[in-house]
Amino acid sequence: MIGLTHYLVLSAVLFCIGLYGALTRRNAVIILMCIELMLNAVNISLIAFSSYIVPQLLTGQIFAIFVMVVAVAEVAVGLAIILAIFRHFKDIDIDNINLLKW
Amino acid sequence: MIPYQLIWLIMLLPLAAFIINGLLIRPFVQRKSKVYGFITITAIALSAVFSVWALISVMSAQDNQILVPNISWLNIGSFNFSIGIMMDQLSAIMVVVVSVVSLMVQIYSLGYMAHDDAGYYRYYTFMSLFTFSMLGLVLSNNLLFTFVFWEMVGLCSYLLIGFWFHKPSAANAAKKAFIVTRIGDFGFLAGILILYFNAHTFDIALLHNMAIAGFLGGSALTWACIGLFGGAIGKSAQFPLHVWLPDAMEGPTPVSALIHSATMVCAGVFLVARMMPLFVFSPDAIRIVAVIGGFTAIFAATMGLVANDIKRVLAYSTISQIGYMMLGLGAAGWAVAAQINSGLFMPGDEVLLLSKAAVAVGMFHLFTHAFFKALLFMGAGSVNHASGTFDMRQMGGLRKTMPWTYLTFLIGSLSLAGIWPLAGFWSKDEILATALTNQPVLFWLAIITVFLTAFYMFRAIFMTFHGKYRGGDKESGKDYSHTHESPWVMVAPLVFLALLAIGVGWWNVTGGFSNFFGAESEAGSGFMAVFNIFTHTVNGVPLPLISLLVALLGIFSAYAVYLKKWITAKSIGKVFGPLYEVVINKYYFDELYENVIVKIGLMKGLFTGFKLFDEKGVDGAVNGTAEVVVRGGKAIRQAQTGQLQLYGLVIGVGLAVIAICVLIWGR
Repeated sequence: MIGLTHYLVLSAVLFCIGLYGALTRRNAVIILMCIELMLNAVNISLIAFSSYIVPQLLTGQIFAIFVMVVAVAEVAVGLAIILAIFRHFKDIDIDNINLLKW
Repeated sequence: MIPYQLIWLIMLLPLAAFIINGLLIRPFVQRKSKVYGFITITAIALSAVFSVWALISVMSAQDNQILVPNISWLNIGSFNFSIGIMMDQLSAIMVVVVSVVSLMVQIYSLGYMAHDDAGYYRYYTFMSLFTFSMLGLVLSNNLLFTFVFWEMVGLCSYLLIGFWFHKPSAANAAKKAFIVTRIGDFGFLAGILILYFNAHTFDIALLHNMAIAGFLGGSALTWACIGLFGGAIGKSAQFPLHVWLPDAMEGPTPVSALIHSATMVCAGVFLVARMMPLFVFSPDAIRIVAVIGGFTAIFAATMGLVANDIKRVLAYSTISQIGYMMLGLGAAGWAVAAQINSGLFMPGDEVLLLSKAAVAVGMFHLFTHAFFKALLFMGAGSVNHASGTFDMRQMGGLRKTMPWTYLTFLIGSLSLAGIWPLAGFWSKDEILATALTNQPVLFWLAIITVFLTAFYMFRAIFMTFHGKYRGGDKESGKDYSHTHESPWVMVAPLVFLALLAIGVGWWNVTGGFSNFFGAESEAGSGFMAVFNIFTHTVNGVPLPLISLLVALLGIFSAYAVYLKKWITAKSIGKVFGPLYEVVINKYYFDELYENVIVKIGLMKGLFTGFKLFDEKGVDGAVNGTAEVVVRGGKAIRQAQTGQLQLYGLVIGVGLAVIAICVLIWGR
């Protein structure tokens, strides 16, 4: 029987993978992907809580849709920024993008 | 009985003259106009009339006191501060002295200042302000206002000593007077604050009552009294702060007559007299008063022996005579203090009366001294008017051309020397008697001073008025070879003051002055008392006779040395050798203060210390703070790598730590 715990563990594992990737990768596109992964991990736990604890309400599901919408917007803006950076630096390695640093 | 509004007017009239002269009419009247003088003289004449009226009223009033309602000045919450007037024997005597001498001096100044380029404008403005402040000082019924007026007379003294500020010596003398008296004023202020913190009042009458009731006492009272006396030392030019007064003679002579002999320098004596009910409860403080006074009397007199500037002779004489007054106050107060400490019970009223009576001796000398010393200074000014100099070595023989000046100066000198039956004899006799009964050691200092006083005064007379005229001032280029008597506006005040110098002493021949202050006196009654004085003895010693003989001996010595030249001054100087050197250099006090205390102590020691503190301490703190911030900033800057992922890591770890903490201790 697959219970709430399995979903939550899956969610936590996905979140940690995403966090690890976001903190360690140099490529801006991959960091963006990792952030998407973290958001989707959160979505899993939201929906799991929703259907296991308060199945009669749809708040979790609605919230997950909100997160997706925000994620899409974020990807749109984020990719646009990365594109602009690439055009400027001919590079998207974030270690090299330190123009504002002292 | 005088209406109390007029008592306010005594001090406010000179203030009005100051405002009119200084602020209102200047744009319309040119600065050498005599109008300024007339305004001041009118105001002070009126206040002199009211002063005398007030004195007469006080003499007949109940408890010798006129009650004047206070005026509320300041209300802050529950703290009320009112200004008011205390009109008792002491202030009545003082207002009469101040206003009468001031009036004479203002009239005299019309003639004396006539040729001065600076004009009457500034002179009379400052003189009015001074008279107002001095009257306020003696009338004030609380110590805070006494202090305010005390500083105002100090300011006027500064302005008037430096009246001819284009002369560097005058400007320096003014600064010296201001700074030296300030040292004493520090003590005064400290004394007032000690009293306020212990008694929570500035009101003088209340302080008296508190001291007598025993609410004030112990070391607080002693230190407060010593502080107050410190102010008196500065203002009255007592040892060791006497150095400013001789230099203050750089000011115009009428200023010296008014401020630096008759009134302001006596403010110290007045202060001690005013606070006498406090001093008698502090035997240490009253002892200091007596000893400083006795020592200053003889100390200053020795310096007067060798001064060649006639005004400086008079200045040393003033210091010496004020020492006498302090001695008189101190010795009488000492006796009261001893009586209080003897263990006999005395009711509070009686102590108050006793301590107020104790000031009679000192105050009487202040009273007589003011008139004859102002007279002497104005005589010196008259001589200067004719000869253009104050150096007695350039004078001589003036008695033929200036008979009135000579006569009045002679009367003043005889009175100062203590020759019967002039005013100085009576007041000095009282002090000697008090000293002899209470403090024999101080009596010996005082009786030697009698000799010295007679000697230096007649040295001045013989050098100035006798012998041959030595040509007057030779440096200015003006011709002073023919001397002439001064104009009548200068002679008239001299004559008036000479009459006072003869007569005011008779008030106490029958004990009138002492009784006015509530003291018992042994003097006889009736007109014959003037002659019977020589039958009086103090402790079996025929004191009046002795003091008269000592004074005559002093005069005779001066006669022998300076007129007949049986012994020359030089040979005396040789006999005393090094001592003479020391005295003529004023005991090296100026050098001590200037070179040792100011140059080494203050400049090298203290100011270098301040400089070090400023450079290392203050600058160090400021620069150090900046340095710490800069370095800290540099250190912390390392954390801002600009690497987004590191920030993310820190946020993540921090969040994890917080989450763990909440899990462990959260409940």
